[in-house]
Amino acid sequence: MSLIAVTELKKRFGANEVLKGINLDIMPGEVIAIIGKSGSGKSTFLRCINGLETVDEGSILVAGAQLLPDEVHLKALRLKVGMIFQQFNLFPHLSAGRNVMLSQMVVKKTGKAQAEAMARRQLERVGLAHKFDAYPDELSGGQQQRVAIARALAMEPIALLCDEITSALDPELVAEVLAVVRELAAEGMTLMMVTHEMKFARDVCSRVVFMHEGRVHEVGPPEEVFSAPKTVELQRFLGHGHA
Amino acid sequence: MIEFSTWDILRNLIFAARWTVLLSLVSFAGGGVVGLMILFARISKSKALRRFAIGYIELFQGTPLLMQLFLAFFGLGLLGVDVPAWLAAGSALILWSAAFLAEIWRGCVEAVAKGQWEASASLGMGRLQQLRYVILPQALRVAVPPTVGFSVQVIKGTALTSIIGFTELSKAGTIVTNATFQPFTVYGLVALIYFALCWPLSRYAHSLERKLHVAHRGH
Repeated sequence: MSLIAVTELKKRFGANEVLKGINLDIMPGEVIAIIGKSGSGKSTFLRCINGLETVDEGSILVAGAQLLPDEVHLKALRLKVGMIFQQFNLFPHLSAGRNVMLSQMVVKKTGKAQAEAMARRQLERVGLAHKFDAYPDELSGGQQQRVAIARALAMEPIALLCDEITSALDPELVAEVLAVVRELAAEGMTLMMVTHEMKFARDVCSRVVFMHEGRVHEVGPPEEVFSAPKTVELQRFLGHGHA
Repeated sequence: MIEFSTWDILRNLIFAARWTVLLSLVSFAGGGVVGLMILFARISKSKALRRFAIGYIELFQGTPLLMQLFLAFFGLGLLGVDVPAWLAAGSALILWSAAFLAEIWRGCVEAVAKGQWEASASLGMGRLQQLRYVILPQALRVAVPPTVGFSVQVIKGTALTSIIGFTELSKAGTIVTNATFQPFTVYGLVALIYFALCWPLSRYAHSLERKLHVAHRGH
């Protein structure tokens, strides 16, 4: 059974229809790269799955549960699906460790000692155990993003959504974040990532989704999508054809 | 005719100034509590609550404090409720401060990056949890300097309560003038006492603002 099932998803901003009926099923353990031009709706699509955008039509099922826009259902959904953002969005008034502890204690009502143990474990996992007491502004962009990943992982989600998580990083910091993601993929975490890192998508992802003008335009395993794109739009996007 | 020394005048004024200080403290603290409630209504998800808060803020910001004092004192009196001057003064100033503080704080809440709401939401926090653990702690830091600055307005605002007969510093000035016939000396001293109360506060607000800029991302 698919872990995330998206059916005929539509989203409008005013008169502008950004998502025009998306269908996509994601199996547990899949690593999906979503690629496409800016404005093709990829980020909006990802944000819909986590309830950060309301859905106009269609349905999203996560582990069999319907996404509904009330606070109870949203909370249940967000406990299953974590999200990492382009701008990291760490809480600047809390140390790295506290960032990872906060939602465990507040949302899951985990005890402090247990939350701290989990925070140390997750920071260790992203290679930042020694930064437990550092504040976000004392960390590099790559380190901040890794703390953000640890923060999401501490909630023990069954899937992780990554919205251009390396786009705000200096080039030399991209690798350390991608290494963490690669490891998560190897551990079997279900991942959906909007990305511009084509090489990474080719190496790590099980399927690549190409979005164009609010629709899933082409989808398939990376070797197919990158080596033998079927549609003109994807060929152009990949720079094969010359428009 | 009795002679009054400057010391006599000053002594009486300082004696009355404690009512100015007390009224300011009560208005500021009470205004803070009510203002926090108005703030929550103003940034609430419920449209009705937001409308109410906007209406409240516009009403109190859009009418002179003096009129609010008159309405609290004479208006309720007309309805047969006998309101003592201190009560009318206190409640009018509390409601007035609340409107301004709510609006100042709303700006501070909105200054917190949108990503903070999104990140905390994506971690499963409810709205009140987001406010309490993520948004307000960050807004608070920005809020301190303008809030301290506003306390100066409250102190000066208390001067108006003399008109409905509350005997604070300004009213005492009038009373002393009537006895001494030295308006310039008396009101000069009154102004000096107000200045002595307000000036440290504005300096403090300025220094807080500077500190906040330097340690913009400090802890």
